[in-house]
Amino acid sequence: MGDLTATLTGFARTLRAAGVPADHERTQNLLRAAACLDVTDRRAVYWAGRLTLCAGPDDLPRYDRCFAAYFGGERARPGRPAPAVVTVTRHTVSPRGEDAGGDGDQRALPATASRAEVLRRRDVARVTAAELAEIHLLLSILNARRERRRSRRFAPAHRGRLDARRTIRETLRRGGETARLRRRVHRSRPRRVVLLVDVSGSMAPYADTLLRFAHVLVRCEPRATEVFSVGTRLTRVTAELRHRDPGTAMREVSAAIPDWSGGTRLGEELKEFLDRGSGARGAVVVIASDGWERGDPALLGHQMARLSRLARRVVWVNPHKGQDGYQPLTGGMRAALPHVTAFVAGHSLAAFEELAERLSHA
Amino acid sequence: MDIETPGMLARLLGEHAYLADEGLATACFLALRMGRPLFLEGEAGVGKTELAKTLAAVLGAPLIRLQCYEGLDAAQALYDWDFARQLLHLKAAEATGATGAGDAARLEGELYDRRFLIARPLLKALETQPSVLLVDEVDRADDEFEAFLLEVLSDFTISVPELGTISAKTPPVVVVTSNRTRDVHDALKRRCLYHWLEHPGFEQEVAILLRRLPDCTETLAAQVARAAGRLRAAGLVKPPGVAETIDWTEALLTLGARDLDPGLAAATLGAVLKYREDQRAVRENGLLGG
Repeated sequence: MGDLTATLTGFARTLRAAGVPADHERTQNLLRAAACLDVTDRRAVYWAGRLTLCAGPDDLPRYDRCFAAYFGGERARPGRPAPAVVTVTRHTVSPRGEDAGGDGDQRALPATASRAEVLRRRDVARVTAAELAEIHLLLSILNARRERRRSRRFAPAHRGRLDARRTIRETLRRGGETARLRRRVHRSRPRRVVLLVDVSGSMAPYADTLLRFAHVLVRCEPRATEVFSVGTRLTRVTAELRHRDPGTAMREVSAAIPDWSGGTRLGEELKEFLDRGSGARGAVVVIASDGWERGDPALLGHQMARLSRLARRVVWVNPHKGQDGYQPLTGGMRAALPHVTAFVAGHSLAAFEELAERLSHA
Repeated sequence: MDIETPGMLARLLGEHAYLADEGLATACFLALRMGRPLFLEGEAGVGKTELAKTLAAVLGAPLIRLQCYEGLDAAQALYDWDFARQLLHLKAAEATGATGAGDAARLEGELYDRRFLIARPLLKALETQPSVLLVDEVDRADDEFEAFLLEVLSDFTISVPELGTISAKTPPVVVVTSNRTRDVHDALKRRCLYHWLEHPGFEQEVAILLRRLPDCTETLAAQVARAAGRLRAAGLVKPPGVAETIDWTEALLTLGARDLDPGLAAATLGAVLKYREDQRAVRENGLLGG
């Protein structure tokens, strides 16, 4: 038996080294489990270890590899295919063959702290495909919290206003004895964010990253986010972005958008968006565009004024704003700016992190 | 009846129409033998809850279910004092004319008696022997709930300040399920045997369908299972689980289908796909054909 204990403890140590949380308590469980099973049976050992040492589906492929390596021989079972690693590259979305050199190098590089720090500030239009993949990977794990708004509804709470109805009902139930005063406070809900992403030709180097940012927003608050693409047509892409996996979501989105790299008629589309209903009412509306308006800037200005009256806040994200010496000179931009609450950059990971931060509180 | 090996347990589960593979059977077997909770994780509809029900049937023990939700608290999960009955007791004592200092002290002592304690699922499971306790969808409850669930599952005792400690003579069989909408705390998982439930393979799914729906023909079962496999691989918002394929097959059988023809499949699609986007994607890509 001592031999078996040594073997199994050694196995647990191997797993720990591979990143499976096979700690002391779990190892003890393994020994106990092995005592209940026929340990001359390989598969029994396999299951005893898997059941006691693993803590999540991510551990399972690692466990299978370690088991095969430690106990030798082929894998103990057909095994589930290792989850496909999402290699996030520019190719998944933009069909346009723009490349910033080193296109063949699509490896998702492991992000180390210092490299990531440099990358965070780089303009996404001026990086290699590999760097962009890494930026997208870092972007995909961003945790975008959302500003809360007070709901009309109440929830029971320990402190707050007196909840007369519940107090009285409880008193009646207890034969006229008031045991405890019940209280209630207003619930809070995440404030809705509506994101309009310009996918016209001039925005092509940024549209992919912007849509990935949209994916992050949808993932973090699926019920309080709406995303539209604008170009020559207004397309709702929220449903496509609901896929958890960024790669799949991007593929769906790119299939759903009919007007990639076309022109921009922001004014008309904003009008359509506002005419459709009250999607903007009380929401934080984020418009990501460089303001290269092909239509009439006056119409855009007029619609922006309408929008600013409906929306809680209007944030304009312009990728070019991050560049030195940028001046908002385009007609569309000049028409829109008076009606904008905040005018921010959107060219690098750091800029997106700032934007996410901006959306997380009022 | 003693269960000697995982294989034997799998056979018994099979007799109750639950087909468990080797891993799941071993997991249940160890849970019974080691007295450890079984933590089942997997996508919705792979048969986590069903396993607990079947396990209860196999052991001939009542199933006590605690459905978790946001805001679940100790009063709902452990125990609560029955204030109304306590008051009634006092009023009854008043009516029969019990007075005096000694009486008052005695009366107060009587108030915190076991009979005035309402057992919620966790306490009920400790007091019922044997029993199967199902803590369903633990990922829906708050972190605080996990903390006291951990306390209960660690030594199978509940301490009621006014009454003392209530402990189980033989601990119940515990099945904890999670849909992995958030990560459950590691301390809780460490107490448990962890098993990740997969969607069944083709052959197993056919076997499940035939076992569950005796009217189903082998052709239909095979076609449905193959279609289900394709749907799961299609990257849908909500890939169908076994529960959905069983529903779907039942719907097809109700309509008198002998095999999966595209018209019937499209008409019954709502039984297997519950998202409009998914239904549209499937119709457009023609994933249904037998």
